[in-house]
Parts: sequence; structure tokens; C-alpha cells
Amino acid sequence: MIEALRKKAEELLKNKTVDVVYGYGEGSVPERTRPVFITKPEDVNKLTWNKYCVYNLTTYLKKQESRKLGKPAIVVKGCDAKTITVLIKESQIKREDIYIIGVTCTGIGDPPATKCKACDVNTPLIYDELIGEKIGNKEFSFEERYAELDEYEKLSEQEKWDFWQKQFEKCIKCYACSSICPLCFCDRCIVDKNQPQWIDPSAHPRGNLSWNVTRAYHLAGRCINCEECQRVCPADIPLNLLNKKLAKETEKNFKYRSGYNVDDELAMATYKEDDNQDFIK
Amino acid sequence: MAEETKFEPRIVAFLCNWCTYAGADLAGTGRNQYQANVRVIKLPCTGGIDPLFLIKAFERGADGILVSGCHPGDCHYNSGNYHARRRWNVFRPLLEFCGINPERIQFSWVSAAEGGKWVETINGVVDTVRALGPFEGYQKINAVGSDASGEAATSGDTG
Ligand code: SF4
Ligand code: SF4
Ligand code: SF4
Repeated sequence: MIEALRKKAEELLKNKTVDVVYGYGEGSVPERTRPVFITKPEDVNKLTWNKYCVYNLTTYLKKQESRKLGKPAIVVKGCDAKTITVLIKESQIKREDIYIIGVTCTGIGDPPATKCKACDVNTPLIYDELIGEKIGNKEFSFEERYAELDEYEKLSEQEKWDFWQKQFEKCIKCYACSSICPLCFCDRCIVDKNQPQWIDPSAHPRGNLSWNVTRAYHLAGRCINCEECQRVCPADIPLNLLNKKLAKETEKNFKYRSGYNVDDELAMATYKEDDNQDFIK
Repeated sequence: MAEETKFEPRIVAFLCNWCTYAGADLAGTGRNQYQANVRVIKLPCTGGIDPLFLIKAFERGADGILVSGCHPGDCHYNSGNYHARRRWNVFRPLLEFCGINPERIQFSWVSAAEGGKWVETINGVVDTVRALGPFEGYQKINAVGSDASGEAATSGDTG
């Protein structure tokens, strides 16, 4: 696979189809990789692929530093590829402005990431070139998709409050979660707005609650469950549970799954006249 | 809990200008009484009520919140309330997941002609939240780091 990947990258750079290839390179130890930005055909040997390729490289599509390098080809796993579908729908990128190198993937991380357990995109849903043998994508039921929420949804109101307060208490407001997120792309985040100050910037439980709720909520109908935010959180807050909860409600109420179909209307940018309102008096 | 009978909930109501605010006004001009626990905040449209407003109300000591606007199909801006309803459909379960009782954030459609429904709705919210008691969990996190009489301890009733 690595050879095919390098060959494709070389060809794309040589033909000037793209100016840069965003991919994975070897890290300082075998269990790590790092993002690399290859601009010269002779450097393609720096590209690698293995189960430690955890990053969702699409986050570099929102960064000025990488965009400056010109038209990218980008190496994506199936989960990462969903991001591109959303970015297109959100008018953040144009399909023709990127070249997608999809890699088939059977799971990353050691132990494997949670998302890989119920992965239904081992073969990416969108790509220009596929690297690796095509894998038949599995199908999971609604219940299976959100099974990890069960034990938390079962808790009593007080237990839920206590659990999350204990989690949010640890937040140091480093904003790594929103910086890494490829779909958190506002030029100026609500946390940076201080006239008025919507979210208390100190690591105080009051602001920690509003920050964590707001971050998750702003990604409702958008988050594609790459789990990057949770991976980078230095406080080990299970952000993924919040994201998943929102994904579940979005699917339940609006039959929408983010990143699966480029023809679907964005769940939170549209409405139906008969949307659920059984909680409204 | 001798204080329980004395507890009067603070309710913040976010109302749209065109329907529910006018409905509440109608109740007033018709001299219909309702419980005085509510502080009304008038906004142009439910579509413009950012869920952060609701969080902010809790941060400032609210025990309960009502968000109310025009019935579906009646929005002054055509679709503001439909968009709002989408957001509530995901925001409400998120708060519930975090341990906030959904009864503390209620939603209604009240038109400009429904003075009676306004009275009934707001009385219902006040009664429900009175029964739930002060929002101690939130008031506790609000007060972290400040002494109980300080600015952050916004619940005068519970201390
Ligand atoms: S919120 Fe987290 S899991 Fe969702 S897209 Fe952003 S980084 Fe990925
Ligand atoms: S948290 Fe919300 S406001 Fe901040 S960057 Fe993400 S989407 Fe934008
Ligand atoms: S990465 Fe974790 S600690 Fe940092 S702001 Fe996000 S939730 Fe808080």
C-alpha cells in the first residue's frame, strides 16, 4: 500500500495536478506518525501508512499555513473522508480544488479507537484514487451505532450532572479540541468574543460547562465522529460522548447522518414543517 | 427544608416580539393575573435565540427558563421558528444528557391572540420549577471561588 501511495503522490506532483500532498510521515518512535506536507516528487518516500495514522488531516484544509502551499492532494481514511463531504456542503472547499487519496482502513490506534469498532466506512465514500484493496463496508443498526451512550443515558439526572461536572472540572480551556477539529472553522470562535463575554475564559466550572456544551452543540449535525477532539484533550474529557449524543439526536429527529451523502441537506441549515415538537407546549 | 415553602423560582422567559410578547401584553391589558416570578426578555424572533442565552440565564441564577414564539406557519420572518425548533430538538437532549432537568427549560408557541394560553403556560412553568426547587447544582458551580454573598452567588433565596 505504501508503495502505491508514494507512486500516486509522485505522479500527482510531477504532473502538477496538485502542489502539495498532505499525508502521514514516520514519527520519532514506531508507534507514532506525523503529518507531512510533500511538495517535491523526490520527497514522496517520506509518506507512510500504518495503524498509527490517527490524525484527520482534513483539519489542515482550514489552516492558512497549509492552504498557502497550493492545491492539495490529501490522504484520508474513510472517517476523515466524511469531513470533506461536510466541508463541501458547508461551502468551505470546492470539490475540484482538492484531490482525495482514499486509503482503505481496518482500524487505527493501539488499542483500536472506539470509532473503529462500529466503522461503516472502511472504504472511503468519496475519493479520486483508492489505495488498498476495496473492503465491503459493513452496516450497523441505529442501536449499534450509539451503543456506547447506553450506560450514560441510563444514569439518573443527579448522576449525569455529577459525572459531567467531574469531567468539565478538568477542562483547562486550552481549546485544543476546537483547534484540531476540521469542522470547527469559524475565523473567530465564540469563546474569543468578549463584547459581551459569552463564555467565561478562565478554567472555572461555570465557563467550563458553557464551553463544553457550546463546542459540542456548534458541531451538531456536522461532527463526523473522527474522535480527534477527544484524542487531543489533555484533560481526557470524553468529548466523544457529547458529540455522539448530538449525532444520535440528529439522526433520530432528522434522519440525517453527517458526511454520508453529499446530496443530503445540512441538518441544521434546513427544517421540515413536520419536525418533532412533542416537547413544545 | 423549612425554606422550601418560601422558595420562589426565578424564571427567565425569552419571547419573540411578534407573537408571545404580544400575547403576554394582551394578558396584561386584559388584567389577567399570572405569577410574578417571570422576567421577560423580548427578542425579534425565536430563530435568533442562541442557546447560549439560556446557559447565560442559568449562569445568572435562573431556576427555570421558558422560550416561546409564534406557532409554526406564523413566524413574522417566515421560518425563524422552524429553525429554532430544529436546534431545540438537539440542544434539549444535550442538556438532559449533562444532567439538567428538561423541565427547567420549557418551550411553547403562544400567539398574539392567546393571552389565556400565556397565563396558563407561564403559571405552569413557575409551578413546575417551584416543585423542582432551586437549581442548586448550577448555583453551586456559579459560586465556586466566590464567597456566598459575592456577585456569583446569584440565588438570594437559597444561599
Ligand atoms: S467534534 Fe471532534 S469528532 Fe467531531 S469532527 Fe470535530 S474533532 Fe472530529
Ligand atoms: S466552537 Fe463553535 S464558534 Fe467556536 S469555532 Fe467551533 S463552531 Fe465556531
Ligand atoms: S481540549 Fe479538553 S481541556 Fe482543552 S479546552 Fe477542550 S475540553 Fe478543555
